[in-house]
Amino acid sequence: MLKQKTLCRCLAALTLGVAAGSAFAGPTLDAIKQRGTLVCGVHTGLTGFSAPDKTGKYAGIDVDYCKALAAAILGSADKVKYVPLTAQQRFTALQSGEIDLLSRNTTWNSKRDTTMGSVFPGVWFYDGQAFVINSKKNPKVKKLADLNKASVCVETGTTTERNMADYARANKLSFKPVVFEGQEATEKAFQSGRCDAYTTDASGIAAMLVNLPNRSDYTVLPEIISKEPLAPMLRRNDQEFFAIARWTIFALQQAEESGVTQANVLRMKAESKDPAVQRLTGATGEIGKGLGLDADWAVRALQAVGNYGESFERNIKPLGLARGMNALWNKGGLMYPMPLD
Amino acid sequence: MWSSERFRNIVYQIALLSLVGALIGYAAYNLVHNLESRAIAIGFSYLGQEAGFDVSEKLIDYEPTHSYARAFVVGLLNTLFVSAVAIVAASVLGLVVGIGRLSPNWLLRKLAGAYVESVRNVPLILQLLLWYGVLTELLPPVAEAIVLGSAFLSQRGISLPWPTPHAGWWAALLGLFLAVLFAFLWARAVRRRRERAGRAPAVLWPSLAAGVVLPLAGWAVFGAPSELSTPAMTGFGFEGGKTVSPEFIALFLGLSVYTAAFIAEIVRGGILSVSRGQSDAAEALGLSRGQRLRLVILPQALRVMIPPLTSQYLNLTKNSSLAVAIGYPDLVSISNTTLNQTGQAIEAITLMMAVYLAVSLAISGLMNWYNHRVRLVER
Amino acid sequence: MHPPATAHRPFAARSLDWLRENLFSTPANALITLITLALLLWAGSSFVSWAVLHAVWGRADVATCNALFGQGACWAVIADKWRHMLFGIYPQGEQWRSALAVVIFCAIIVLSAMRAFWHVWRLLALWLSGSLLCAWLLAGGFALTPVPTALWGGLPITLMLAVFGTLFAFPLGILLALGRRSALPIVRAASIVYIELVRGVPLITVLFMASIMFALFLPEGVSFDKLLRAQVAIVLFNAAYIAEIVRAGLQALPRGQYEAADALGLGYWQTQLLVILPQALKITIPAQVNSFIDNFKDTSLVIIVSIFDFLYAVRQAVISDLDWRHYFVEGYLFAMAVYWLFCYAMSHYSQWLEKHLSRDHRL
Repeated sequence: MLKQKTLCRCLAALTLGVAAGSAFAGPTLDAIKQRGTLVCGVHTGLTGFSAPDKTGKYAGIDVDYCKALAAAILGSADKVKYVPLTAQQRFTALQSGEIDLLSRNTTWNSKRDTTMGSVFPGVWFYDGQAFVINSKKNPKVKKLADLNKASVCVETGTTTERNMADYARANKLSFKPVVFEGQEATEKAFQSGRCDAYTTDASGIAAMLVNLPNRSDYTVLPEIISKEPLAPMLRRNDQEFFAIARWTIFALQQAEESGVTQANVLRMKAESKDPAVQRLTGATGEIGKGLGLDADWAVRALQAVGNYGESFERNIKPLGLARGMNALWNKGGLMYPMPLD
Repeated sequence: MWSSERFRNIVYQIALLSLVGALIGYAAYNLVHNLESRAIAIGFSYLGQEAGFDVSEKLIDYEPTHSYARAFVVGLLNTLFVSAVAIVAASVLGLVVGIGRLSPNWLLRKLAGAYVESVRNVPLILQLLLWYGVLTELLPPVAEAIVLGSAFLSQRGISLPWPTPHAGWWAALLGLFLAVLFAFLWARAVRRRRERAGRAPAVLWPSLAAGVVLPLAGWAVFGAPSELSTPAMTGFGFEGGKTVSPEFIALFLGLSVYTAAFIAEIVRGGILSVSRGQSDAAEALGLSRGQRLRLVILPQALRVMIPPLTSQYLNLTKNSSLAVAIGYPDLVSISNTTLNQTGQAIEAITLMMAVYLAVSLAISGLMNWYNHRVRLVER
Repeated sequence: MHPPATAHRPFAARSLDWLRENLFSTPANALITLITLALLLWAGSSFVSWAVLHAVWGRADVATCNALFGQGACWAVIADKWRHMLFGIYPQGEQWRSALAVVIFCAIIVLSAMRAFWHVWRLLALWLSGSLLCAWLLAGGFALTPVPTALWGGLPITLMLAVFGTLFAFPLGILLALGRRSALPIVRAASIVYIELVRGVPLITVLFMASIMFALFLPEGVSFDKLLRAQVAIVLFNAAYIAEIVRAGLQALPRGQYEAADALGLGYWQTQLLVILPQALKITIPAQVNSFIDNFKDTSLVIIVSIFDFLYAVRQAVISDLDWRHYFVEGYLFAMAVYWLFCYAMSHYSQWLEKHLSRDHRL
């Protein structure tokens, strides 16, 4: 019976063209609940953030956020539909309602916050734009100023092109941008030697290098030329969904701060005397109710992906990146969860 | 009343009109509603804002401080430039291959046939990716560039010696332009004279002479510059001279090689459409094979060839949009960057489509005008 | 008295005659022959040496290929990656479904080429049933595990885009062609505007419109699948080209056909459906085959809006695995061979058809 329904849906989708199950109006949260799945826009393939593994399942820190959110709202981390998007498809996909939220290493800046009908619930990963060079081919380049007049491979559709031009202007340098469509093509052009350097977020460079067999040939230059607070992005029309999205970020960070992990969350809920942990796990307080969810929302999110630190360890550490700015505030980083009260 | 055909026709048309109107209205309503309810910026005012990104290949002066509108023009000019150059190359190559397909030489005939069959049955974008891959992956890095006289070939493209800017070069260019103008007017005068007097002076030699003398004169009068800027390896690549990027070369090669295969078929069809009697008559007059082809067959074949050629030229121009796959900053690529920075997808894509449409209409208008002219010659 | 010379002369002599006639008839011709031959020998021998003699065949590891890099082709990359190239990231255990879909799509194309199927209803039945079968195979449901479109990929997608792209564009194209020749000014104007608008812009921009812009024209909450939007874009694009071909067919029919239908007292639709269209469509069959070839090649552009078609799968297979990165030429040549095989077969069929139909006086 159920299978028959899926087939009917597929046929309806193919013949009528309207993806069944998503054809109703209303705020995002209602739509998600009614549909029973969270539609999450992710990167087509960026190791550590969101990339399909051999079986086609998406994994990464951006994917973990989608899973946590789905677990909190819908009760299961599997109730996510991933829509892989290129840099240039992402904003209209969100604006048009094709996806419920965009979790695709997107920089939070004023233009996107004001003119594009979107909001950012909080920073999920602090990053900055860096440059990488092949030190075998250009052994003399030690800093960015040495790259004057060099050609630089850039991916279209990102803030990178503009940051680079801004930096060059401010520092009286000149770079020759060679602009490609898609990150794979850009990386390939750089590796082939088409450009002297490749610029993108430092995490993107790390993600490229970790896959390279000859990674010792490459050097990441010390300068970080921009601030790239990477954040999930939502449509502006749903305050409730916004609150859940924002407090899911804080809950996962608070869990790390309070020592609650994927493995111990149930035990902590039953045993912990720490008021912060009790409120987080729903043992006391009414945070869940305030969000329009049940008391166990954060427990489910934690069971799904673990706390922020665990997700970072699992996805970002293998790229060879340290916590740095992404450490908690009390460990020298910028991650500062607002108090759960 | 329904049985009246006139009435029914009016009803049908009103129905169609309201259907199309309703569709457009519905889409427009949704659009406005979506944009308003989500506070998305709208309008073309972004075109005046500072673009903030640089473009590597440009035919006019452009800096990141210039506006989005100017960046758009840079992209458009790149599209037009690569299309124009590729159209010329594809026409020449297509003509050669098309004639080759009808050569009495069996080997040449088969070779031309194999070229056509292998090239036109593979998607252009795949050929572009392969050309680009070969140019950037298999050519040596810039430090070990292949030396061809004072030119250099590497995975960064070709670096050629190029005249340093000087009034003399511009005067020479002007001279060349005047020579073309002269040749055009001279050919017309000669034709008129021939029609009246039956005899007329030659066209080719005076035109060629003008083509040599006028640019030389311009060059000499304005100081006879001889300085060439030669490319030299400095730091990251070649400075000086002219460097043609691998993106441009790949796009140019891909477009010309692909379109030439189609043009060759058009040339072949055109030549075959000229009746055998024409060729026989020309042979009886004692014309050689080359003369027969040039003076008798091709001018007549041209008439049949122009409409399909037009559509090939249009295809080539539209296909130049595949540049985006290999990183050449054409109209599509610049529009994409703009779209991403401003978030104004509707405006950017509409503008891009409108410009392609205008270019297409302009090319087909031009070719129709030429077609008309060629037809008038027929008596 | 003498019998025809060729019949009795020895083979060697006849060959010599042929050579003299076809390759060495004049000094210029002989020169051309020699130059071409030299070029061919040089290019051919280096290609054969690279692609065959020094190549690595069958399964082998990257080190074997790296040792021969530049001298011999590494076909091992195909042996290693062929599944990814053909079927993308479709779940491994279910890839037989992709393979079967490819076979069915090919069968649709081959059967349509047979005269026995040249009847509107048979063709329609064939294309509809085949397409639905493939859609079911790929999507799942009814005893098959459902597979979301995000995982579809490779050759089935290319074939699907081309086959559906023609199937649905055809009726629209016919309507547009009739509209363009209609006596009703508004209908004519609307058809002309649509056809010229679409033919004036590159397919890429239409794909951009479908993949980026289109969703903003729909009411809130309604969304199309990404693959479906690309498919719709291809249908709408093809319709304009098909319309122009059908129009050429309509124009080629003598006026007498219309007058005869009029004299029989047939109405507009009866005239079109019973008299005009069957003849007009038959004349245009070779052109339609060519348009299908163009359409088939054009589907590769969806790579730019990151739809997982055959070319995308091949590109991903060769550039995302860094060990095999240097062997992209082999990967692209493999893709070329596949596209070439399809297009060459169809274009030859179309040429054969053209000759065959022009001899057919019953037309």
